[in-house]
Amino acid sequence: MTGSGIDALGVLAEPLRRRLYDYVAGHGGEVSRAEAAEAVGARRNLAAFHLDKLVEAGLLEVSRRKVSGREGPGSGRPAKVYRRSGREHAVHLPPRDYGGAAALLAEAVERAGAEEALYAAAREEGERRGAARAGTAATEADLARVLERYGYEPAPVPPGDRAARSAGCPDAADPPAHRPMPAAACPVLRLRNCPFDAVARSHPPVACGMNLELLRGLLRGAGADSFRADMAPAVEGCCVLISAVAPDSKTNSD
Amino acid sequence: MSDHWLAQLNVGVLKAPLDDPSMAEFASLLDPVNALAESSPGFVWRYTDEGSNDATAARPFGGDILVNFSVWRDRESLWNFTYRSDHLDLLRRRRTWFTRMSDMHLAMWWIPAGHIPTLDEARRRLERLRADGPTAAAFTFTTSFPPPEAAGAPEPAAPPRH
Repeated sequence: MTGSGIDALGVLAEPLRRRLYDYVAGHGGEVSRAEAAEAVGARRNLAAFHLDKLVEAGLLEVSRRKVSGREGPGSGRPAKVYRRSGREHAVHLPPRDYGGAAALLAEAVERAGAEEALYAAAREEGERRGAARAGTAATEADLARVLERYGYEPAPVPPGDRAARSAGCPDAADPPAHRPMPAAACPVLRLRNCPFDAVARSHPPVACGMNLELLRGLLRGAGADSFRADMAPAVEGCCVLISAVAPDSKTNSD
Repeated sequence: MSDHWLAQLNVGVLKAPLDDPSMAEFASLLDPVNALAESSPGFVWRYTDEGSNDATAARPFGGDILVNFSVWRDRESLWNFTYRSDHLDLLRRRRTWFTRMSDMHLAMWWIPAGHIPTLDEARRRLERLRADGPTAAAFTFTTSFPPPEAAGAPEPAAPPRH
């Protein structure tokens, strides 16, 4: 909605609000008033005022959570915690409807059984994107910066999870039986944001398959051959997981 | 806890016999994916051939039609297994193993909690969906319906007419 998008944008014009929004969105979970205030160096009351403005504009969501360690009567009112709203805000002037076009195109791909053509186009586009950044995605941090540019919001997989998810990682426990992760791959980056969220909800196999090929193409185009992209959807975030591999064990076979 | 569970039937036409080399990867994924379904939150039941761990032998809907028939606590649990688990990777590659169907191939419907639906019931729901489009009696993810009125409202003696 153009109107609500412009209103939301207007709310972000205030610099402190913008910093608060960036902090909460970048944090990737729930943030208390005190944490947010400290992060932006503002007084708690002022931060609270601006956080609530961001909630009113639909940019953040608020819930109440008991501060841990305090239970029962007399432990005080639950504190407000903030997280980024799942609502999308778009501003297109003049008005545009790319989301509607994407859903129709995805529906047509599904009806025609033209997934392979879409995946091939996505792979080529990914390779173009990667080639434009060739050599700049050699390390985990560099690759994260490239993925950030495309809206994926990469976050490092915590060391404990890396080991738990693949037999190839240091101290790995038994890998989960259902995940066809190659033994030598070690998950390093999860992608907190799905740039194609609306179409990934309306046409999941088509959109997620396209996304996977875009990312595989990007890695190939960038020459980032110490990484691989695999489908590993969770309830939230992007369906793809980036893993580190020994270059000679990379298969990406299917 | 809801008074209703969600049943789903999904049919697919195989491109080749299951023991054909081109189907080997799909065949090898049956057990892990079935195990994943069973360990997923909200899973209630899945149809299997008698004496088998899967539903690939009897082919109640025809020679090359595979049946995927299961019951879940709610739409969200079915959605999360279908599209937000490793099952998604199988869907992404389904054209490798399954012929594209022009008919609707996935039907879901609400059942009273505790009821285990029969293949005949499932077949009728899919036929209903194909005949009438999505209705409360048989619907899809895209056009889904909420469960019938829960506790308090009089429970119909029988499921909605077929």
